[in-house]
Amino acid sequence: MKVLVPVKRVIDYNVKVRVKADQSGVDLANVKMSMNPFDEIAVEEAVRLKEAGTATEVVAISVGPEQSQETLRTALAMGADRAIHVVHDGELEPLMVAKMLAKIVSEETPDLVVLGKQAIDDDANQTGQLLAGLLGWGQGTFISKLKIDGSAISVTREVDGGLEKVGLKLPAILTVDLRLNEPRYASLPNIMKARKKEIAKKTPADLGVDTTPRLKTLKVAEPPKRQGGKKVGSVAELVDKLHNEAGVI
Amino acid sequence: MAILVYADHNNQELSAATLNAVTAAGQMGGDVTILVVGDGCDAVAEAASRVQGVVKVLVAKDASLKDQLAENVAPLIAKLAPGYSHVVAPATTTGKNIMPRAAALLDTQQVSDITAVESADTFIRPIYAGKAMATVQSTDAIKLITVRTTTFAPAEAEGGSAAIEAVEGTGDAGLSTFEGAALSENERPELTTARVVISGGRGMQSGDNFKMLEEVADILGAAVGASRAAVDAGYVPNDYQVGQTGKVVAPELYIAVGISGAIQHLAGMKDSKVIACINKDEEAPIFQIADFGLVADLFAAVPELKSELEKQGIQAR
Repeated sequence: MKVLVPVKRVIDYNVKVRVKADQSGVDLANVKMSMNPFDEIAVEEAVRLKEAGTATEVVAISVGPEQSQETLRTALAMGADRAIHVVHDGELEPLMVAKMLAKIVSEETPDLVVLGKQAIDDDANQTGQLLAGLLGWGQGTFISKLKIDGSAISVTREVDGGLEKVGLKLPAILTVDLRLNEPRYASLPNIMKARKKEIAKKTPADLGVDTTPRLKTLKVAEPPKRQGGKKVGSVAELVDKLHNEAGVI
Repeated sequence: MAILVYADHNNQELSAATLNAVTAAGQMGGDVTILVVGDGCDAVAEAASRVQGVVKVLVAKDASLKDQLAENVAPLIAKLAPGYSHVVAPATTTGKNIMPRAAALLDTQQVSDITAVESADTFIRPIYAGKAMATVQSTDAIKLITVRTTTFAPAEAEGGSAAIEAVEGTGDAGLSTFEGAALSENERPELTTARVVISGGRGMQSGDNFKMLEEVADILGAAVGASRAAVDAGYVPNDYQVGQTGKVVAPELYIAVGISGAIQHLAGMKDSKVIACINKDEEAPIFQIADFGLVADLFAAVPELKSELEKQGIQAR
């Protein structure tokens, strides 16, 4: 079974995000970038499938600027076999990325595509579902458990009220949630080995995908600041304030 | 213009999230139609027809639609969408699962999780877990939108009298099967829709100590959450996690207990209407955003909070 894992390069989740003064976007200059945390979980799951003998090959894909190569090297160091880099400097929208992935799927013919449920930069939570829709494949989204039995797979999905189990036919799309696994740290020898692994380069044009954004970002602003900082002296005062002043209990 | 709102429901009850989505749809300017997709869901369709501001209810009933599998529902949305300027769904896990699949079928770039409607084609949505707010304009002919329910007031559930019309589903796509649900057994409300949330952090020191929070939660009708630190320490399962990579909540009252206030936790709760915190370290960043901060040892303060609530006869609303 071949598994594709798309990964995205995003601002590291520990970095404080700063909005540019001209409100054109978020400042990415000299900011630490990392693999989207949900995508790390997707890579980990794919690598575990290979270690268990279920998957035969794991291919990481990233759409993004030249530096997305670093993100792919991380995936390779975690255990992916090879990588495909679609070099694109402009804005990334989920639909355009899903179209590129759909084209790559048609070339690579994997049995499974495993993605993070969302990227922590645009928080769109769309790419996996879009890809499933474009391909006409089944989708198991926000999964916290995966069971593969021949050509049938069963996933446990995290839904608002708890958990849900869905059976899917292969080929299928999976998007992963936090509880699925704990991603490994790449060891130094594996980081060294990853340097020798192949990263194939493509462009959106190679894939025949139009990169004109459908959404115009008119403004990116700071969220309204909270007026916090008030202190209370006792539990009794806290209850009084919440009950009588704020009226929330 | 006409706007189609996808109803979130469990075949028995229309969820509150749908009412928030109806309000958002109304702000886009146009007649609002609610689409109810399920099986044995007549009560839901009737409830939808009573929502104020709704002109029509479309109901698609079929065994293949009972569990609202995206593979079976998305083609129906795509079939109906050309009659509307917007298709709107609440950003619940159901809406998030189905809508992008419909967007793929319609070749539309969905706008996710909007928090405000600027005009019929322009919306505000949080990015970076709410650390920035983007104003985006959609150029697609049909706009597909999911709505962050906490930022729109619910539409009145009673008073309307919309006509109910049956529509045909598109059948079973044969790609997926529903195998069952294990919905949370506890009586407490769900984290993302609760009116009050009480969360614990690393300061709780153990999973057992979360019982203290549960006792307070039961008095207030609150959901119990946790910081990533508490989840990573193994005190509670991951589905308790509030934060950038966990759940984003915006209840009327958020009580943070033993939580220092790391950026990625604040990202998940800072839109709460009122924030209270209990922490013994008065330098903790959580105090900077809390409306009411109490510097105290939580192991004394939380039991005292419980007895104070009981003494004052404060109950869940």
